[in-house]
Amino acid sequence: MSTILAKKPSTLTDLPMHYCPGCGHGIVHRLLAETFEELNIADRVIGVAPVGCAVFADDYFTCDTVQGAHGRGPAIATGVKRSKPGAIVFSYQGDGDLASIGMAEIVHAAVRSENITVIFINNAIYGMTGGQMAPTTLVGQVATTAPKGRDPKMQGWPINMCEMLSQITGSKYLARVAVDTPQNVLKAKACIKKAFENQVNNVGFSMVEVISQCPTNWHASVEQALEFVRTKMIPQYPLGVFKDEGAK
Amino acid sequence: MPKIEVDTNRCKACYLCVNVCPKKCLAPSKTISKKGYFPAQQIRPEDCIGCKMCYVMCPDVAITVLKD
Repeated sequence: MSTILAKKPSTLTDLPMHYCPGCGHGIVHRLLAETFEELNIADRVIGVAPVGCAVFADDYFTCDTVQGAHGRGPAIATGVKRSKPGAIVFSYQGDGDLASIGMAEIVHAAVRSENITVIFINNAIYGMTGGQMAPTTLVGQVATTAPKGRDPKMQGWPINMCEMLSQITGSKYLARVAVDTPQNVLKAKACIKKAFENQVNNVGFSMVEVISQCPTNWHASVEQALEFVRTKMIPQYPLGVFKDEGAK
Repeated sequence: MPKIEVDTNRCKACYLCVNVCPKKCLAPSKTISKKGYFPAQQIRPEDCIGCKMCYVMCPDVAITVLKD
């Protein structure tokens, strides 16, 4: 009789994910599903799926899901949370979704300190639409709309969401993690779990930014993409906990 | 003894597990899966220490870690 040390959490469906090989989305989905299981909140979680690669996230989680318009995740999550205060509401967004078109929604959700959890996947590019430049694209990084690389004179500098939102009194927990090594994945799990515990304890607005790899639109192999995360992404987007007011 | 099972219907052959395995007991399979990939497989089960690093990195949640 063999015992199971680790297997797919029961809060994920059996449907194989549509993400590209090596994409970080699948890892984050698993971390979320494990968090729901461990905090025993699986039956009251309501997710808000974004526009972007994770638009079909509702197929992979067994929890209820709303699919929002582009960038409007925090606004929809606000509505769900205020109408069903007992629910655990999370918004799952990419960088084009959250840092570009959804900038107003995320800032004002933080200003109001809505008791929601936001998972922000930062891969420095618009993935689903074919590799256009995102607000988080690094200086010099090539995208289909910046074929010679991002030039600050023309397109400005990348935006660091955690640092920006940490200036807002209403934000209570902000962390930036990566999923390039098993050590970083385990740290990401701890931060995601903390962000959901905050919501259970009514602490207020919590956001976890995940630096994720996009081998397809970076035109790199999986190993090269992980190397890009380590040598280019993390120096621009330093990892760590930027604000933790739930601890007080 | 620990061992791993790879769900060949979920594996998309990114080989993140192959690269992180500290004992290098995983390798790409020689047979093609229904999806058209060469899924990862355990080539030296006797070396597996059950550290679960392959499971932690797998983006497709295709890996189950078992212990006899």
